[in-house]
Amino acid sequence: MEWTAPLLADPSLLFGAALLVMLAAILCAIVVSRKLLTSVALTGLFTLVAALWYIAMDAPDVAFTEAVVGGGVSTLILLGSILLTRESAEPVSPSRMVFPAIAVILAGVAILYAVGSIPGFGDPASPANASVGRDYLERTYKEVGIPNVVSAVLASYRGFDTLGETTVVFAAAVGVMLLLGFGERALGDPARRHEALNPDLVEEIDHHVVLRVATKIMIPLMFLFGLYVLFHGEVGAGGGFQAGVILAIALIVHALVFGLSETMRAFPAAAMRAGASAGVLIYAGVGVINMLNGGAFLDYDFLFPPPLEQALSGPDGHAGQHYGIIAIEIGVTATVASGITAIFYGFAGRAPDIASRGASRGPESGGGS
Amino acid sequence: MIDALATGYVYAIIVAMMMASLFVLLTTGNLIRKMIGLSLFQTTAGLFYIALSKVGGGTAPIIIDAESAVGQARAARLDPAYVEHFGVDGVVYGNPLPHVLILTAIVVGVATLSVGLAIAVRVREAYGDTELDAVRRADAAASEPEPPGPRGRPNA
Repeated sequence: MEWTAPLLADPSLLFGAALLVMLAAILCAIVVSRKLLTSVALTGLFTLVAALWYIAMDAPDVAFTEAVVGGGVSTLILLGSILLTRESAEPVSPSRMVFPAIAVILAGVAILYAVGSIPGFGDPASPANASVGRDYLERTYKEVGIPNVVSAVLASYRGFDTLGETTVVFAAAVGVMLLLGFGERALGDPARRHEALNPDLVEEIDHHVVLRVATKIMIPLMFLFGLYVLFHGEVGAGGGFQAGVILAIALIVHALVFGLSETMRAFPAAAMRAGASAGVLIYAGVGVINMLNGGAFLDYDFLFPPPLEQALSGPDGHAGQHYGIIAIEIGVTATVASGITAIFYGFAGRAPDIASRGASRGPESGGGS
Repeated sequence: MIDALATGYVYAIIVAMMMASLFVLLTTGNLIRKMIGLSLFQTTAGLFYIALSKVGGGTAPIIIDAESAVGQARAARLDPAYVEHFGVDGVVYGNPLPHVLILTAIVVGVATLSVGLAIAVRVREAYGDTELDAVRRADAAASEPEPPGPRGRPNA
């Protein structure tokens, strides 16, 4: 039987169409902008509007991640790297645009030709939506026992996949630390301690009493919210990745207002290195415990020895799944929070170099340390 | 045909945005701007995946009780036969699998972005600029004073 999707019964669709037009307009502005600061600000805006569009597409978990990661951390790291490099891009001569333009138009036409034969937008009977997606929806509550299907698929059914992604975040943090250091330069020179982030702000920051008082109240609340997102991820939108980023942002806000060296004394880079590795170890350790109890790697039904699992779960509970998912989400949170903070330390720790360069050395002489 | 136009515009806009961000990535010689283009390309690829996961009349894939007030209000807007056919226990949900894939892809995206930017910062420190043209000029200038060509090969 042919079904057409009842798109008109879905009020979010009009909302979604308006957001798509906004996204396209923002992207056009990014394409023509030459100032890197403008591009970065618009990129942050783009990801925030994309997050709203994900809400309209019934994907609150993705929206949450896009908002904290794309709108928060990406924008911050991009701003930091502009501070460390240059503020505007060289204009591109039109002759250099010809071949990319032809390549992009050909690729676009090819994709649009292929798009003509994929299922229509919102089609409930499309192969992706009707087979594997529906299977997860039908089985999750019976097999894993948690309402948020996205968390269950992420942490349980595809737990091995997520272990890999956590390791990627860990590896990226290690890579940035090897390239940029641990931010120790900010601690090294006491005379420049408070200049670590923005030398121009040092004079002004004492006037920002409101900012300091407000952040003192906000930072504990941000930590609390991060923990709520971590432990509530089974029931509603949220989970380890989002929680980790929120915790990292709380630390970054502290560094922005009170200076990097203050934050690095409270949360040393060594602790961040330990936290990032501990998270991956917790995750993989849960998998090994399952194997010791007779199950497969990351099969949380074997988190506890079978008699204990039966005693804890009762007739139709899933104690092993619950505790296993929480345990690996804690691992993910530890790695993401520590890893992103370490990445921030790496970028922010480079800032004193810029301050010391100043007017004495032109851009052509470079660093070359 | 009308149906294809009424719903196909979503894919068309997303593909156009993907190509625009790829254009930014290809044309610019500035390393930071290249990373911005790459990051936008990742975001637009995510938009495409999530567009495919949309189910008409669906709700977020967090299991709710069909008998509850929210569940009944959801079902009241739809044809009962449609809910019967495509719903799970009386509620129509979006497809959770693309959500999982894109959620993790976003986090991996910020990780790769930060490594790329860290390399750009080191390029700035080594060459004094992040424009590829300036880097190429510096490389050419560094290799010029050496006499080119292998003259007097030791083991010939």
